[in-house]
Amino acid sequence: MGDAQMEEGDNPREIEVSPAFIAVHPAQRSVAVAVGSDLRVYDLTGDCPVSLVDDSAKPFHSDSIRAIRYGASGKLLVSAGDDKLVKIWSTDSWLCIGSVCCEKRVSSVAVSNDGLFVCFADKFGVVWVVSSKENVENQALPDKKAAPILAHYCSIITSLEFSPDGRFIVSADRDYKIRVTVVPKNPLDGAHEIQTFCLGHSEYVSCLDFIHSPDYPHGLLVSGSGDSTVRLWDVTSGSLLDTCEIGAKAELSVTDGLEEEPCHAITDLCTCSNGTSIALAVQSLKGIMLLNCNPSAKTLSIAKVVLIEGETLIPTSLGTSLSEGLLWMVTGISKLQGFNHSSLARVRAVSLPEDNGQDAEPVLLRDDEIPGGQKLLERLQGSVSIGNDVFLAAAEALKTAMRSLLIKKQYSAEKREFRKRTRNDRKLKN
Amino acid sequence: MIEKETTSTFNKSTGLPRKRFYRARAHSNPLSDSHFPVPLSPSQFDYSLHYPQLFPASSDDDNPKRIQFADIGCGFGGLLVALSTLFPDKLMIGMEIRDKVTEYVKERISALRTTNPSQYQNISVVRTNSMKYIPNYFEKGQLMKMFFLFPDPHFKEKNHRRRVISPHLLDEYAYTLAVGGIIYTITDVEELGEWMKGCLENHPMFEALTEEELENDPVVKLLTSATEEGQKVARNGGQTFQAIYRRIAPSL
Ligand SMILES: C[S@@+](CC[C@H](N)C(=O)[O-])C[C@H]1O[C@@H](n2cnc3c(N)ncnc32)[C@H](O)[C@@H]1O
Repeated sequence: MGDAQMEEGDNPREIEVSPAFIAVHPAQRSVAVAVGSDLRVYDLTGDCPVSLVDDSAKPFHSDSIRAIRYGASGKLLVSAGDDKLVKIWSTDSWLCIGSVCCEKRVSSVAVSNDGLFVCFADKFGVVWVVSSKENVENQALPDKKAAPILAHYCSIITSLEFSPDGRFIVSADRDYKIRVTVVPKNPLDGAHEIQTFCLGHSEYVSCLDFIHSPDYPHGLLVSGSGDSTVRLWDVTSGSLLDTCEIGAKAELSVTDGLEEEPCHAITDLCTCSNGTSIALAVQSLKGIMLLNCNPSAKTLSIAKVVLIEGETLIPTSLGTSLSEGLLWMVTGISKLQGFNHSSLARVRAVSLPEDNGQDAEPVLLRDDEIPGGQKLLERLQGSVSIGNDVFLAAAEALKTAMRSLLIKKQYSAEKREFRKRTRNDRKLKN
Repeated sequence: MIEKETTSTFNKSTGLPRKRFYRARAHSNPLSDSHFPVPLSPSQFDYSLHYPQLFPASSDDDNPKRIQFADIGCGFGGLLVALSTLFPDKLMIGMEIRDKVTEYVKERISALRTTNPSQYQNISVVRTNSMKYIPNYFEKGQLMKMFFLFPDPHFKEKNHRRRVISPHLLDEYAYTLAVGGIIYTITDVEELGEWMKGCLENHPMFEALTEEELENDPVVKLLTSATEEGQKVARNGGQTFQAIYRRIAPSL
């Protein structure tokens, strides 16, 4: 039964809740939040909520958005998800300038550094590329066709990332694998040359990002995983440079101690503009953890934990801009059962110290200190104040969803036999 | 290793395990999740377990030798057995997804090692899904030969992505093979033969061997004769279709 379901891409209902995502314009001109099928953008330059315009054949998203992403130049915003649509938005006109229909649900997206291509991965492990032509002046383009460029055999791809020099595209999956592929001259012809695999995680890999360092033009890759480690990699050779176990530190910070088996799976990470800090969202942590990367020694270490007092905020997604020292976070979930307000989200921001001076402390901004203030929160959250119980329920639902989506099921011998006997493809023969 | 087995599963005259005790379902679904251990990376593959005589667990001097031939979907292991004595100084592994079939090959090798001391030390088998885990077993450019003999055809269009030769999987095989390494494919299903040839022909990192090279390669003759499936096809007078390609450097 399981196999057949994998085949059709029909997953049990319980895993269909989707976390909220946040993305920050590289120059912090706008901030986008996706929760459920809702894409919300706040324009920080104009200090006003953005109304998106979508004249494509299938306007707006009709199911949970699973990934949002700005291009490096900030001219594009891409959104994609369970409705098998990838939408490319111009950040000038906020018009949908491209809408791509996919065969399968989309699990992650990336924009090439030159902004010419959008890559996205589907839930069967295939990575597709489509030209984004951001130089075409704000015209609504006809439906685009994407070409497959590479594949992880039947695995969910959790993260896609271009290296800072644009030479490699890196893809991570739930089979503990990170693949580094050479970006070919014409990506539409496929990316056949695998540079290396980064192997060492012992659970699904959930997130990737690059440390930008002048000494490493290819960049140093950081990955976070369900195995509660963050790892540092050389993407040219695939060698593991350092492993940072965060479990013990997270344990100390889990204050309520109610959980029987706290799970310190890493849900998201993002490298910060100072070039050496890495912010983590951890499934058990009401706040964020900050790591330090020393690019010359090629080491990772835990710097500090920033707890969010007074509310249950376990971030589901993190974002920073390249220019400002501000780390944005969101927590939220789509289709939360038992609550009438279904697509709520909570947004907070932490201001990070410029350099990594030991005495400089990260500061959690109050709601009235956040750029855009109440107006921004109203737009991105869907409401200004949200009860704590909503987030407690959301945190639980999300944990379950992540588990059933990404963690491999271990069946007992009898259960396995039963599953084999009841497989759809076998039934046909009997 | 075999002493503890009851003699009944072994053929008394040949000392080899009897196949009928190791029959299994004809086809496996390569998409189903794994229930077997997989090394986290090639450096964690335990050579001393697979080639104990060549890699004594206690010895200090690390044998730098690595596996160079891989038989993917090796079935009952006939090819490994034939190659073992033809290339005694190469390490080879069979990869097979069916549990019982893998057990059979293990017993077969272990019996051969017992009856022919100092021979068959260079072959072994692992139970794994080759479509998912090849990078966990081999480093970049480690292999010199990869074999895909009589793979499951998966006729239906919808199941083509289950085929072991596909455009995307060839990227992984190209990664695993050294430049100059050779991929051997053969089938008795014409449509699959054309498919495999087409995939290889269109891939920028493979080129076909010439007629002359095929003539001179002693391995080519084994493709039709060495494996159980090959022998069955030959017995029934079936036609075979082969595609044999060399890994080349991609042009820039
Ligand atoms: C038709 S048999 C051929 C066996 C052998 N090569 C021969 O010529 O006799 C194909 C074999 O491939 C195995 N196989 C299929 N998919 C596989 C996978 N993903 N990984 C490893 N083995 C696989 C099957 O279990 C089966 O034993």
